[in-house]
Amino acid sequence: MGNVGASEVPQLIGPDGLRIDGRRADELRPMRVVAGPLKRADGSAFVEWGANKVMAAVYGPREVHPRHLQVNDKAIVQCKYNMAAFSVDERKRPGLDRRSQEISKVIAEAFESVVFAEEFPRTSIDVYIEVLQANAGTRCAGIVAASVALADAGIPMVDLLPAVAVGKVGGHIVLDLKKEEDNFGEADLPMALVPQSGRMVLLQMEGHLNLEELKRALDLGVGGCRAIYEKMKQALRDRYSVDPPTPVAEVAA
Amino acid sequence: MSGEVTAEILTTHILELAREGRRLDGRAIDDYRKVTLEPGYVTSADGSALARIGDTVVLCGVKLEPGKPFPDTPNAGVLTTNAELIPLSSPAFEPGPPHPRAIEVSRVVDRALRAAEAIDLKALCITSAEKCWTCFVDIHVLDHSGNLIDAALLAASTALSHTTMPRVRFGLAETDIPLDVRHLAIETTFARLGDAIVVDPSVDEETACQGRLTIATDEAGNIVAMQKGLVGAFGPNEVVELAERAFRHGDRLRAQIRGG
Repeated sequence: MGNVGASEVPQLIGPDGLRIDGRRADELRPMRVVAGPLKRADGSAFVEWGANKVMAAVYGPREVHPRHLQVNDKAIVQCKYNMAAFSVDERKRPGLDRRSQEISKVIAEAFESVVFAEEFPRTSIDVYIEVLQANAGTRCAGIVAASVALADAGIPMVDLLPAVAVGKVGGHIVLDLKKEEDNFGEADLPMALVPQSGRMVLLQMEGHLNLEELKRALDLGVGGCRAIYEKMKQALRDRYSVDPPTPVAEVAA
Repeated sequence: MSGEVTAEILTTHILELAREGRRLDGRAIDDYRKVTLEPGYVTSADGSALARIGDTVVLCGVKLEPGKPFPDTPNAGVLTTNAELIPLSSPAFEPGPPHPRAIEVSRVVDRALRAAEAIDLKALCITSAEKCWTCFVDIHVLDHSGNLIDAALLAASTALSHTTMPRVRFGLAETDIPLDVRHLAIETTFARLGDAIVVDPSVDEETACQGRLTIATDEAGNIVAMQKGLVGAFGPNEVVELAERAFRHGDRLRAQIRGG
């Protein structure tokens, strides 16, 4: 996977079974989710996940641009996933490349599978994902951020959409690949889960997995998504919980 | 507007049929349309093939040219896949810059070829860090009657299997040799119609479907690539079942490519 002719494959799983950053196979990188950090957007969220930093904003439901994309009986979801030029080691040329366009398409389709689009006919729900710092798993971090941003914007949805990549590294099925594992591993499988239904609305894969490994990878990913789901809900609670009212006695004193 | 209404009626009909295990064109849930492969269709290309799945027609041409390797892979050649959904092939396709739909087809086909290691990119190295073969895989959709991803990869895999490295033309050797295709990746696409998941969706089934899943397999029993597309969802158990079905269709189609 992108490592053809590369000089040397580092040892990704140590003799103790731990990964290069000391994680177990089923362990997520540290993750922080903040709901509503942006003032102007209708909804927003920031996700710091391992060495990834991703910001998402949601605008709408609003008028559709371009107009001809408008659908009479429901809202459309439009998504722009973009990587900042400085987000990777070698400067990325700004603007939409084919990778970003493909990712934007599958993310838009994932969200269109969970929002109640028929509530807002002839409108667009615009989702913007900016990757500020990248270290593998940016599309999943983008989905987590965008999902919390959609909730922050008050868009009715079936459920939040936790996402994570699973993969095969040094012969082991592991959760939440970091950059070295993504570059030198044997497989990468990003997914986004609807926790309510247990079904996936985003699923991609590249590499080599047999049927048994696929089964284990999906199980591991579903478990990872459920853990991320809790962090997403907590971020929304932190943003919207109201401090308990101060007891009258204290106010009087 | 009338288009929208007929689409709505047709969608309802397709979903009702699927509930009884039937399909609009009379196929069973796991029936793949007839596949025909015609290698060497375009003699101006170094390799080519016309692939048909039912009424879907896709042409792939392969061209090899000496170029410069990427700095991070000095000992490997370059593989470039591009798919054009030209307006001639469907009323839904418009001229202009590539639609995300076309980009998705290119990238999903490219991913399968790359992950399966269809061609040995190291064998395309001519001089380390200086000169290598660039292999252009160009896919033209001629008639869009559904399931473009599978048709595009079938055309590409067949074309690559019949590609000659034009060493004489570029003064690199006295003789031309065939391009070595090591692994044949086959993609199998499924569409959800209610609780039924059909293989090889037609254009109307693609419009009606609630989620599409493409699974690429190789001959060694590996799943090498997947792509879920369109609005809809799949459960983990369904994905595993579909992978089993993808192996069956993949093995059959691989035999057809090797045979022809």
